[in-house]
Amino acid sequence: MITFFMSAVSAVQLEKGSTSTVEAPAREKETRGEEELDVPWQVVVHNDPVNLMSYVTMVFQRVFGYPREKAELHMLEVHHKGRSILWSGVREPAEFYVQQLHGYLLLATLEKVV
Amino acid sequence: MEICRQDDALQISDLDPFLAELLRQIPQSASPDGAPAAEARLFSRPSAEKEICAEWKSYVEPELRRLFRAASETVADDLAQLNGNEKSLSNCTLHIPIQHADAWLNTLNQARLVIAAKYNFSDDELNDHDRSPIGSRRDLGLFQVNFYGFLQEFILREIGG
Repeated sequence: MITFFMSAVSAVQLEKGSTSTVEAPAREKETRGEEELDVPWQVVVHNDPVNLMSYVTMVFQRVFGYPREKAELHMLEVHHKGRSILWSGVREPAEFYVQQLHGYLLLATLEKVV
Repeated sequence: MEICRQDDALQISDLDPFLAELLRQIPQSASPDGAPAAEARLFSRPSAEKEICAEWKSYVEPELRRLFRAASETVADDLAQLNGNEKSLSNCTLHIPIQHADAWLNTLNQARLVIAAKYNFSDDELNDHDRSPIGSRRDLGLFQVNFYGFLQEFILREIGG
């Protein structure tokens, strides 16, 4: 699964002009300015009553490398408050996390920090 | 029905015909085809930003479809062990290699989400684990969601050590 997502992410990164050593195809225009890249983003997971609590905890451990206790705290926040912010930072890793979470069928979104 | 871990496999044995049929239905239950609400749930929007959603549709969603289809095919291949055993299910044991555990977790989750979206179950219904008897197709759907959840719990316990 990791391999799969890495391929998806590298496709996105090439499109956005990352610093990968792979030669990117000719680009007609820049898609994102430096200022936009600096805007912090957050990965938010939303409650879904169908997903098992134990499953959500396992996903948080796998995707973010959180210890079980921290993963359970976030899972309980999702369960009781409807959402939890799992990670904040620059956009590309945030996108990567959201892709992984969708691969596990969690309701996850990428939001600008306001 | 009995379920246990045996070396590098999960084993489901002493299957009655009803539960065997529910197992067989996992791959087709996981398909959102013809159910827009289920399709929307499996491929939910990643952001309120239009640009992100457009990129997602082009690059990520096709990969997600491939991932979900591959998991479902793995489960379908494992379930082929049940074919042709209708008359002797009590002697039939389903072996799930432990390396297929992630595919099973994913496909069971797909199926639970698709069924729940199709019937639009309320939170109260989803938390009513003692509901019986099965008197309608909707009741059967809820039973499937709970049965598949039970299997997920077992697999999670086993792979979590």
